[in-house]
Parts: sequence; structure tokens; C-alpha cells
Amino acid sequence: MKNQAEVSSPTMRASFGIFAGTPTLLYKEVLRFWKVGFQTVGAPVLTAMLYLLIFGHVLEDHVKVFGSVAYTSFLAPGLVMMSVLQNSFANSSSSLVQSKITGNLVFLLVAPLSHWAWYVAYVGASMVRGIVVGSGVLLVTLWFAPLAAAEPWWIVIFALLGAGMLGSLGLIAGLWADKFDQMAAFQNFVIMPMTFLSGVFYSVQSLPPFWQRISHLNPFFYMIDGFRRGFFGVSDISPWVSLAVVGTSFLLVAGIALNLLRIGYKIRN
Amino acid sequence: MPSSPSAAISFQQVSKTFPGGGGRAVQALDNVSFDIAAGEFFGLLGPNGAGKTSLISILAGLSRASGGRVEVMGHDVAIDFANARRSLGIVPQELVFDPFFSVREALRIQSGYFGIHRNDDWIDELLVELGLADKANANMRQLSGGMKRRVLVAQALVHRPPVIVLDEPTAGVDVELRQTLWQFIARLNKAGHTVLLTTHYLEEAEALCNRIAMLKLGRVVALDRTSALLAGTASTMLRFKTDATLPEALRENARITGRIVQLAAHDAVEVENLLALLRQAGITPEDLEIGRADLEDVFLEIMQGGRAGRLAA
Repeated sequence: MKNQAEVSSPTMRASFGIFAGTPTLLYKEVLRFWKVGFQTVGAPVLTAMLYLLIFGHVLEDHVKVFGSVAYTSFLAPGLVMMSVLQNSFANSSSSLVQSKITGNLVFLLVAPLSHWAWYVAYVGASMVRGIVVGSGVLLVTLWFAPLAAAEPWWIVIFALLGAGMLGSLGLIAGLWADKFDQMAAFQNFVIMPMTFLSGVFYSVQSLPPFWQRISHLNPFFYMIDGFRRGFFGVSDISPWVSLAVVGTSFLLVAGIALNLLRIGYKIRN
Repeated sequence: MPSSPSAAISFQQVSKTFPGGGGRAVQALDNVSFDIAAGEFFGLLGPNGAGKTSLISILAGLSRASGGRVEVMGHDVAIDFANARRSLGIVPQELVFDPFFSVREALRIQSGYFGIHRNDDWIDELLVELGLADKANANMRQLSGGMKRRVLVAQALVHRPPVIVLDEPTAGVDVELRQTLWQFIARLNKAGHTVLLTTHYLEEAEALCNRIAMLKLGRVVALDRTSALLAGTASTMLRFKTDATLPEALRENARITGRIVQLAAHDAVEVENLLALLRQAGITPEDLEIGRADLEDVFLEIMQGGRAGRLAA
């Protein structure tokens, strides 16, 4: 038995600062979804592939978008981005709500982690999962639809911003939800409609003017449209406008998430 | 009230109010103040609902005090929370675990939360000391309740905190683990770690703790050295078994557990009187023993209001 005075022995180099512990929490959150990769990565890739097969097969000969883009090619980036968004949200939200319900959140609560550390780790891991699933979907869709990156920087920017925003939104949902059915309600009544009504499966230009205006209130529309711009060099709306809307939404959601973590909303009495 | 410079833990006028039913507030803690000196083995006792867990939750940062101040090794748990938590290792009451990880992974991760990496030498030592060496690579889900409890202890100690808080660590734990755990914790205490223990097993508190605080309805009702608390009670205890009903005069002060009756006495004359009363009532005590009063007797006496607790600093 060593004496407690040896706390600062050479084998116990501790790092301090507001991001101390962040790499470990990030690693733990990534390891958590990776250990059940069949469910967290494989399943969403398969689901996206089924969407592409069914919708692509049914609509390929009937719909042309942006003048000459085949429907399957148009659909593929939308499905990639949808997978990025849904999985980024799922990672932070499910991890937090599970830890709250099973009680193992106590291991984090007693650790000297700042709210910045929590935020960066949870949202960072969500982004990793979103990007991994999105990359998987992209690889699979390349089999079905030829895709080229006309303006690749938009692909990277909107994928990262979208994943970050949905990871932050998942953090808020995870802090708010006390039960799994509350989380399911958030996912099914907020995230799912906003994703499906964002232009994943259609160009907003094809909608009547009223629904076009409604779509423009949905920040998910700008993420999908900006992301798609990176592949085709064409979009429903200027990518700079999309960047402004998505960037502002991200900052707003991130600010709310950080503040909830700072005050210990529903995790510290 | 400023904390003593040598205090490992300092509670200063700590209050906690929860919103209760019907819009009424429930006072869980009411102006609780005491210090625990560095190196002490300190017991925090009280019946369910006395406020022990509320106090420990505030100490650990799981909950915020409605009033007052709590410090760990001089660090305010609300303002300087990072240093306060680095100084503290908490073994939670509930048997919680993360089902995704093995024992070693769980310990490495917990260590990393404290910014401590390359900690495998100490992790290996903990695994050996707590009898977990052969379970290091087992998933947490595969462990028995007792093994999970050992992992909780290891997780609390993985960053080598100078202050260890054990919140009912032996609840539902077999005798062997209790022995292993207490031997290990006693060694840590000897090595200089401060230990704060809450338990419902009063014989453990009596055997291990130098000093004890008792809480009742959120207030400190006794605070003294264990030996002083024991000395302040009726020193003798008459224990026997009987199926008969005790006479009224004896029943009032008796502690009855099934067939076992315990009667407190201050001296030999009082013992004689009690035996005489039993004879008069026609009761023949079985397995009669005359022994020292223990902490359970003190605890019951204080909680039942039969005696004002000593509040020595």
C-alpha cells in the first residue's frame, strides 16, 4: 500500500484546465457506440440503402431535379446528410438518457469536468458517429448513383456543422428527458418531421409557394441544401445563406446546451 | 463559522430545502455545521430520511446546498469544484455501473476523467487489493453484486483522493467482502486518507470510526468521539430471551427484537433491581447475558429522544 502523499508520483500525471478529462470522455463516448457498431453504424447504413433502393427504383424514370440530375443521384446526398443528422442526435441523446436512467451518470458528476468538457466530448462523439454513418451511407450509395464533388468544401462544412448542431440538440434532449418515451417523443415528433420535411427526398422548388415558405423556416432544409450543393454545384438557395442560417442555429443550440450543462439542468439537484 | 485549517471536510451552516407535495418545502438539512479533521475515520449516522445522503450529495457536487458552505481540503465544492472533486473519492450507495465496459476499461476511464493517464500501476494494485484481479477483463454485466460493489470502491479510489466517502458501502454485501473492504479502507486511513462513512451497520461504525455525528430530521443531534458517546450511555445491558410479556414498568425502556429483550442499566444495583422485577413477574430469562452497551444502544437512545446528544467539536 502506497502512501497518499504519492498522489503526484510520476505515474500519476494529471492534466488540468477546463478541458481536462475531455479526451477520455470523448474516447468513452466513441467506444460506447463502436462496441455496438452493428446497431449504431450498420443498421442506419442498411436503412439508408433501402430508402435509396425503393425510392430510387420507383422514381428514377419519373423525376429529374435541377434540370438534368437523375433522381437517385439527387437522393443520395440527402440520405447521407439525413443519416449524419439523425445519428449525431441519437448518440448524445441516447447516451445521456441511458446514463441518467441507469444511474451511471454519477461517475461523470463526481469528476472535475467543466461544462465545456462535457459539451466538447458529447458533441464531438456525436459528430464522429454522424460522420462515420454518413461515410458508410455515401460508400454504399456510390454503388447505385454516380456522384462527384463539384464544390467539396461545402460537403465538409455542412456535414460538420449539421453533425455539431444535432449533437448539441441531442444533448439538450438527453438532459431534458427523464424517460425513454420522452426521448422517443422528441425524436419522432421533432427530429424526424424536420428531417423528412427538409428536402431529403425532393427539391423544395417542386413544392407550392406556401410549402416552400414553410420549408424555409426549417434549418434542416439549409443543411441538406448546402450539403447537396457540394455534390452538384447547384442548390435551391445560395450556400452562403444556408451557411449563415445553419451557423447561427448551431451557435444558438450550442449556447443553450452549454448553459444547461453549466447550471446542471436535471442532473444536479 | 470559518473551517479549521486542518479540516479535510468542513460543513458550515449547510441547509437544503426540497419542494415537497402541495407546494410545501421539505427541509432536508437544517444548519448542519461540523468539521472532519484530516486523517480521521468519521461516521455519519442517522435513520432513513435524516439527511445523510443529502449532505453527501452536496459534498460530492451531485446536489447544491440551499444555504451554507462546504469545503473539501479547503476547496469550496460550489466555487472551486474541480479541486474539491479531485480531493474526493465517492463510493455511491446505489449499485451503478456502465454495461458497455470491462472492469479495467471502467477504471481507466474514471481515471481519465480526473486528467490522470498511464495509471495502470495503481489500477493493478487496486484490482489486487479488492480481489478483482481475475475479473479485470470481465464486462461489468457479468459481475455479481458484491464484485460490482468492489469496482465502485476501486473507481472512487482510482485518482488517489485524500478524502474518501463511503455511502453505505456494505449494504447487501457478504461477510467476506466486508472484511476485505474494511481491511483495505483501514489501511488507506492509516496511510493518511480521511474517511467519511455512512452506514446502518452500527457495529461497523463503532469498530472503525474515531468520531461520529448523528443526524435526525436534518439536524446534528450528536457529535463526539465514539468512546465518549459510548461512555455517556447506560454502561450495562441485560440481554435475555423470553416468550412472556414484560411487566409495564420494564416494557417502557426495553428493546425487544422477537424473543430477545435488552434492558439498559447504569450499575450492578440497577441490574439487581431489574432481575428482581423479572422474578416478581414470574419470568425466567433464557440465555441471560450482562454486557456493555454498544453504539446501537446509544443511537436508539439519542434517536428516541431519551438522551440529549453530545455536541463536542
